[in-house]
Amino acid sequence: MVKYNIIDMERTPRIGHLIDALFDHMPEIEADRAVLLTESYKQTEGEPIVTRRAKAFAHICENLPIVIRDEELIVGSATKVARGCQVFPEYSFDWLEAEFDTVETRTADPFHISEETKKTLHEVYKYWGGRTTSELATSYMAPETLLAMKHNIFTPGNYFYNGIGHVTVNYGKVLKIGYRGIIEEAKAERAKYGFEHPEYASRTHFLDAVILSCEAAITYAKRYAKLAMDMADACTDAQRKKELLTIAMNCARVPENGAQSFYEACQSFWFIQMLLQIESSGHSISPGRFDQYMYPYYKADLEAGKISPVFAQELMDCIWVKLNDLNKVRDAASAEGFAGYSLFQNLIAGGQTPDGRDATNDLSFMCIQATKHVLLPMPSFSVRVWNGSPHEFLLKAAELTRTGVGLPAYYNDEVIIPSLLSRGIAIEDARNYNIIGCVEPQAPGKTDGWHDAAFFNMCRPLELVMNAGADKSGAEADGVQIGPKTPDVTTMKTFDEFFDAYKTQTNYMLKLLVNADNAIDMAHAERCPLPFQSCMVEDCIGRGKSLQNGGAIYNFTGPQGFGIANMTDALYAVKTLVFEQKKLTMAELKEAVEHNFGEDISDKMASLLTTKEIERLAAQGKPVSENTIKETFKRLKSQGNTSDFQRARYKKVRVLIDTVPKYGNDVEEVDNFAREVAYTYSRPMETFKNPRGGQYQAGLYPVSANVPLGAQTGATADGRLAFAPIADGVSPTAGKDTHGPTASCNSVSHLDHGIASNGTLFNMKFHPSALEGQAGLESFVALIRGYFDQKGSHVQFNVVSRETLIDAQKNPDKYKSLVVRVAGYSALFTTLSKSLQDDIINRTEQSRF
Amino acid sequence: MQTDNSIYNTRGRIFDIQKFSVHDGPGIRTIIFLKGCVLRCRWCCNPESQNWEIETMLQNGVKKVIGYETTVAEVMKTVLQDKPYYRRSGGGVTLSGGETLCQPEFARALFTACHENGVNTAIETTLCAEWDVIEPFLPLIDTFLVDIKHMDSEKHREFTTQPNELIHENIKKLAHAGANLIVRVPVIPTFNDTPKELHDIAVFAYEELGVREMHILPYHRLGYDKYIGLGRDYPMGDLPSPDKDKMEMLRRICASTGIICHIGG
Repeated sequence: MVKYNIIDMERTPRIGHLIDALFDHMPEIEADRAVLLTESYKQTEGEPIVTRRAKAFAHICENLPIVIRDEELIVGSATKVARGCQVFPEYSFDWLEAEFDTVETRTADPFHISEETKKTLHEVYKYWGGRTTSELATSYMAPETLLAMKHNIFTPGNYFYNGIGHVTVNYGKVLKIGYRGIIEEAKAERAKYGFEHPEYASRTHFLDAVILSCEAAITYAKRYAKLAMDMADACTDAQRKKELLTIAMNCARVPENGAQSFYEACQSFWFIQMLLQIESSGHSISPGRFDQYMYPYYKADLEAGKISPVFAQELMDCIWVKLNDLNKVRDAASAEGFAGYSLFQNLIAGGQTPDGRDATNDLSFMCIQATKHVLLPMPSFSVRVWNGSPHEFLLKAAELTRTGVGLPAYYNDEVIIPSLLSRGIAIEDARNYNIIGCVEPQAPGKTDGWHDAAFFNMCRPLELVMNAGADKSGAEADGVQIGPKTPDVTTMKTFDEFFDAYKTQTNYMLKLLVNADNAIDMAHAERCPLPFQSCMVEDCIGRGKSLQNGGAIYNFTGPQGFGIANMTDALYAVKTLVFEQKKLTMAELKEAVEHNFGEDISDKMASLLTTKEIERLAAQGKPVSENTIKETFKRLKSQGNTSDFQRARYKKVRVLIDTVPKYGNDVEEVDNFAREVAYTYSRPMETFKNPRGGQYQAGLYPVSANVPLGAQTGATADGRLAFAPIADGVSPTAGKDTHGPTASCNSVSHLDHGIASNGTLFNMKFHPSALEGQAGLESFVALIRGYFDQKGSHVQFNVVSRETLIDAQKNPDKYKSLVVRVAGYSALFTTLSKSLQDDIINRTEQSRF
Repeated sequence: MQTDNSIYNTRGRIFDIQKFSVHDGPGIRTIIFLKGCVLRCRWCCNPESQNWEIETMLQNGVKKVIGYETTVAEVMKTVLQDKPYYRRSGGGVTLSGGETLCQPEFARALFTACHENGVNTAIETTLCAEWDVIEPFLPLIDTFLVDIKHMDSEKHREFTTQPNELIHENIKKLAHAGANLIVRVPVIPTFNDTPKELHDIAVFAYEELGVREMHILPYHRLGYDKYIGLGRDYPMGDLPSPDKDKMEMLRRICASTGIICHIGG
């Protein structure tokens, strides 16, 4: 007796056509939303902000151009051209205006922008000066914070310049009662407030905004109903005509009302998903437990004989394609950090029910199948693994891994659920968790998690320790005191003294990070509350306030630290070589690090640093001659190395550092030390509070920022050269884990993944041969199980040969659809910048199967 | 793990420990490579395993010492690091070499320690030893991975330096004793890669030994650099590896006898 109906269904031709159409055009920037938003804002000056937001949303829903693309079964497009993007000037705009002429040719995530769009946006932008969240946030920040940000200690760029996103709304509720039901709920709630209520004004305005937003969503769908009807009238193909009529009927009924079929549920889901991304530019709007909230509709249709598994699969495949139709333009620097046009719409299958039973169902398998059918970066597909997960489910997931698409990511319930409980989340909600964006767990429909709130570069505080709080290394080195004045390292007598200095620098910088995030948080509450999003997260309606004002049941801010592996190896090398074995004095080490271990840096980097230094000299009114420039370049290029003798001395230090055991090789002492190093970030983090009444929680993952932020960081005492990438997530430094995948897993599992309740990220790369045959799949699943037994929280895999990647780098045209795992997500390899491509190629390839 | 027991102090000479191997016995395994071998197979891809003496080999231009003395306790420390993966995969430890049977006391102690710690055991052996040496291993080993290289003793001697009578006698005794046997055949062009040679081996394995499963392993040249690193000539010259089609053809021929035959471990 088989429990699950696992059918290896073929992909229908339609899906292939829809995918081809996605890649017909280069992604393009469209101005319609910005124009409509601005029109509305100009008419609502002086009204409460939440009202203005709802009116603007309504104006957009009523007027945004709509299209139904060829062969679509699920409709609703944010842009006229597939994979296009709208822009969101209410958050920030000047970066895009500055990049109008480069956005099409930049290396990471280029977008086409027409001259006409440039002109339109230029006009629109005139309104927005002084009105954005980013400007308000800046004015809320302490000067010390701005200084630390200028020096690249951390970057809250994500929310500083964009919407928040990073939410999983209560899809199930909308599927069930429709926006009409939510309107009724909001009206009932509104009726409770008498005129004398102290918060009458704010709450009723919020609830009115909710009602208006829901009506707008209904209007938007009805426009599609009409469009489909018109297209059906004009359609000569009988089959397509029938499809269009069904689409018209679907859009007339949902999302206004509760879905009455699986097809309606799919269409309703899609309107929710895309409209959330019209209201705000926040990414990581994560569908979450699709297999759970969609299952009742599938089951009912199946039992009633109203749907075939094949058609249900095709509908899901259509949704999977649509998730790739949405796009977002980011500034050039952020694009490097979130490379791959990714919107991080994380969808998860499997796991447990709120009452703790296994939740796997036929749709869980069909989610895997859909991902296999489309092989596209979206959705960021994840699976939950717990002690009771069916083996066949994991094998099916492993088959997907074997395709090399970098999906799914595997998550361990046995770590994540207790971790969420420790943050005050109720057991039923914790068991119901899903993943947001990259790797961030949360309770769906009840959380405003602010996951991804900032990147904190754990290497930078060590650079500050070496120079007693002054920035003398890295890309912004100007000798300015930006951190506390910790003691001169050359006078330190014990490692504890050194480690304490590291903690002192870190703690100070973390407080500034909190200062930055809280300033941004306030700016969003003040300027960009989101009534539409809020109405689908508990308990905004009950509390009468938006998510941005603290309406969610669970509130967090989750900034992520990265560089664990580098800091473990660096601090461990200092401990071993300088303080225990005394093979090296601190002065010798400091000198070698300052001189980049006797190595030059790239011309490109040297030019960049030279420009910055010359600008500083000019700003100070100092004379700058041709010769000054030449000398500066020479000095920076050589990193102050003047003789071969000197270089040899510094290189020897690096060789010595290389002999010290490294994180990632199952060396108990080193791995336990890594745990302590990770605590320097995660422990202070949990003591901070945000303005929404929630706490901070640490994440340990880098998205893809380990590459660009590495390029801001000087040499580190683990032997990492200046401006080289930093290790990704909690993974060992590339090339330093030399004892195979089990050793890497064992090392990584030594960290306390539970305290990093905003998620940890462990990247492994396998050669395809590693998963060959049934035995390969079985061993692969056993590896994941073994790692999870030891309380690892997350793991993901790149299964692609080094040769393939190198070839793809040389012949991008041949590999347009090659998907690789980047960090918490997969992306098209050829769309990544060269340096990120190199980083992926260089990550250790575990091929020893 | 108890270490006061004398078996944990037993000393032996190994040259490598390789984790996460899935081709040498069931599940995820740790392979211990023992130093010293009685055969000198021309195709051997681990030439550094052959001599008992500790030697140096150039690896990527760096001198590396091959072989070191260790104890069962030391080895077990490494072995037990991967216990979670053995448990999940049904894997364990495989002793390989070199020839494990050249260090019988150490190997027995290691296998005993594995079983004491609930770790599955396997051995990769030439079986080129007196039966008196082999017999005590019977209760200690869960899976025997045994080569049958050639049915013709003279050719066997020519390519491995040893005749096959003793080896085949031992295989029969093992089979008779009910040991869990997996037969493996390295497929070496010019040595044993004709359909007839493979077929003869399959018949012997299936009909005479009653073995259910055999693996045919294509010759590969991955050992080349090691010979050079040891300052030795590569005995196989420019001989190419058998291609996929050929291996598949040979697999079918073996399978035609009724035995289950896989390509690769």
